[in-house]
Amino acid sequence: MRARLWGTRGSLAAPGPDTARYGGNTSCVQVTGSDGTELVLDAGSGVRLLGAALPSTLRRVDILITHLHMDHILGLGFFGPLRNPGLEAHIWGPASATQDLHARLTRYLSPPLFPVRLRDLEAKVSLHEVPCGDFSLGEFRISAALVCHPDPTVGYRVTGPGGTLAYLPDHEPALGARPFPLAPEWTSGHGLASGADVLIHDTQYTEEEYAQRVGWGHSSVPHTFAFARLARVRTLVPFHHDPSHADADLDAIYARAVATLHPTFAVQPAREGATFEFA
Amino acid sequence: MMPQQEIEMILARHLASYLAMPIFLVDPAGTVVFYNEPAETILGRRFSETGPLSLEEWSTAFVPRDELGRPLAPDDLPLVVALRDRCPAHSTFWIRGLDGGTHHIEVTAFPLIGEAGRYQGAVALFWDIDPGTRT
Repeated sequence: MRARLWGTRGSLAAPGPDTARYGGNTSCVQVTGSDGTELVLDAGSGVRLLGAALPSTLRRVDILITHLHMDHILGLGFFGPLRNPGLEAHIWGPASATQDLHARLTRYLSPPLFPVRLRDLEAKVSLHEVPCGDFSLGEFRISAALVCHPDPTVGYRVTGPGGTLAYLPDHEPALGARPFPLAPEWTSGHGLASGADVLIHDTQYTEEEYAQRVGWGHSSVPHTFAFARLARVRTLVPFHHDPSHADADLDAIYARAVATLHPTFAVQPAREGATFEFA
Repeated sequence: MMPQQEIEMILARHLASYLAMPIFLVDPAGTVVFYNEPAETILGRRFSETGPLSLEEWSTAFVPRDELGRPLAPDDLPLVVALRDRCPAHSTFWIRGLDGGTHHIEVTAFPLIGEAGRYQGAVALFWDIDPGTRT
């Protein structure tokens, strides 16, 4: 089992020389099983390059969308394998209280926002709504649960023979919690992240920035570290970097965080191209 | 370790902790999983002292009585109606707090139903309508 990061940025793509090391593409993570199962976690702008790297012989891909904010789906129309008539593409994501996943997704994949309709894609596309209980994809066991973020949003827990990856790219578990964190059972996302080998988690803001953005659906660095400690993860991958944070800013933010917060887990801030092997 | 509560229940707890209205939260099995500080005043015991209360415990522990002083059956309590019928319910009655004080209260209860009909439990809001009658 291997995870590779193709997009690490939050909210808006931020390409340029100042973001070249951590990356400018929005959320996309590839998870590959030892049996060849291919999962794609979110379809931000990073999914375009992932699509180009997948073999044309691939017969099935499962795209697990956390929510339908643009930075998590804007790459779908540029995911090359969806033009392959020999491919089965399964897209998983949350419905809303009044609209099913198809209706929500086609608001983007239709004119005037995009010239190609979902139904016009050559691949055989199937949609599945989450959360729907645990399910299996190849060698992986998948859990999806709603988490604290504006509009219906899920996080995913992917367990394979080699370990567990938890993916919560947009998550504000500290919202309203006094103090934070509360007990595990009262902490959004804890069930997904508990004991994970790798936790990929929203860390969009510094503590100072968060104070001005409470309720926007994202976490501060100290909140993410506290959440990771509560969940007893082995490695934290701070993710969904704010587009205004250049590489030098992120270097400084995480050097300070590690020095002052004394994490009991490994910390590897998300960089495009980084891979994580699950033994 | 207790399993994590669903997000709707977590957010309901957070909201309750910010409100001055007494609020009870119960899970689908009827267990009180949280009540806020204003509710502690009426119930006469802190949540940190009682912990979760089963339906059998809370529906009888507060000795609910109707306006004429007759015992109320658990099935007639608004929160039990909301849990059982998954519809809102409202009633006025008397309870005796765990500290021995009596309260004339008005209760509105409603079910918590998430997207795709996911049933998460119920919420009860209390009003101490005659605070001066507390004995």
